[in-house]
Amino acid sequence: MGMTLPEAATGTTTMSEISPNWVTTRLDFLVNWARKNSLWPMPFGTACCAIEYMATAASRFDIARFGMERQSFSPRQADVLICAGRLPFKLAPVIRKIWDQMPQPKWAISMGACASSGGIFDTYAMVQGIDTIIPVDVYVPGCPPRPEGLMYGITLLQKKIAGETITDTAMREEHLVGPDGLFVRRERLDEISEPFGNSVQQTRSA
Amino acid sequence: MSEHPSVAALRARFGAGLAAVSESCGDVIARVESGRAHEIFTWLRDDPAQAYDYLVDVTAVEYRDPELPLEVVWQLRSLPHARDLRVKVALDKAGPLEVPSVYDLWRGADWLEREVYDMFGISFAGHPDLRRILMWETYHEGHPLRKDFPLRGHFSRAEQTRQALAANPEAHYSIEELSIAESYDDLPAEMRARLAHGERGAV
Repeated sequence: MGMTLPEAATGTTTMSEISPNWVTTRLDFLVNWARKNSLWPMPFGTACCAIEYMATAASRFDIARFGMERQSFSPRQADVLICAGRLPFKLAPVIRKIWDQMPQPKWAISMGACASSGGIFDTYAMVQGIDTIIPVDVYVPGCPPRPEGLMYGITLLQKKIAGETITDTAMREEHLVGPDGLFVRRERLDEISEPFGNSVQQTRSA
Repeated sequence: MSEHPSVAALRARFGAGLAAVSESCGDVIARVESGRAHEIFTWLRDDPAQAYDYLVDVTAVEYRDPELPLEVVWQLRSLPHARDLRVKVALDKAGPLEVPSVYDLWRGADWLEREVYDMFGISFAGHPDLRRILMWETYHEGHPLRKDFPLRGHFSRAEQTRQALAANPEAHYSIEELSIAESYDDLPAEMRARLAHGERGAV
């Protein structure tokens, strides 16, 4: 939270300009407090998870309590991309473009089994986890997750934001699609997309 | 059960054009020759005693038995006579996968035929705009509902992801699908030429 000084600042190591000190940690605390309590979500709802997302946003669960009063349907005014539902390959360039359009600071929540891993859809048409397309901060498991699950994910994201620091500029770097046209390395992508669980039992005609 | 009135009329009028008639779960299936299909459809729609004015669905079937041919299925409904008829055409897998389009008879066939083309690779001769409809336009792994298509596709996940990210979906809408259709004539000449032919993203 920045309330207690990290060891690096209190120890005997020499303080460079960018190392955390009293001023930067106070500033971090203030900036992070403001950021985490005014997250504007960009809902990317593609399936049943989006129904649970709507329930989360509606009066009974009411994510306005977490500063998410305004649903930002414009990526340029959004802070956190919530991918609620499965992502087919056809939508892969779309979510990538939306993510690229969002200004820093930005975060992403992968809501549900399909967004996180492809879920039951280990098929020709489905992205096996949106982290092969964009960087993801919080994964919310469930099929679909209940609103409490998503709210827990949001509070986890808030904790993560509270631990950020302005001295770490790498945190706010853009992670673009590489020259090979992929977001993660080819071998890594193939490895994490391998069939698992029941998926290895499915019959294939060819 | 008495014979379906359209089947009797079809047999009387087209003879050998009607290859076989069967019944499944109360629905009558008329198998017709591919070459005479369009003629038969035109008659089924326009003859007042038939008046099949509503095309419910166009789809196709590939059976697990590799010996069996592909089948294209048209589900017709006559609203005036409250009558249904299923028409099938068998397509030998070795031959060209082509059947006549019924777009000129029922406009609703437009997207249905595009879907069958996309999923099975069956061409509809006479369709004005036979493009993929479910898969994106630069998709070239094949036709996913064919039995020789593996469930996860032919390419590796990395290759699929790379091609998907390179797809550039904005480039593949036709003029009619874009909101600029009515202002097409006001566009710069270069943009008009580009849109008229449809840009094709690199894969």
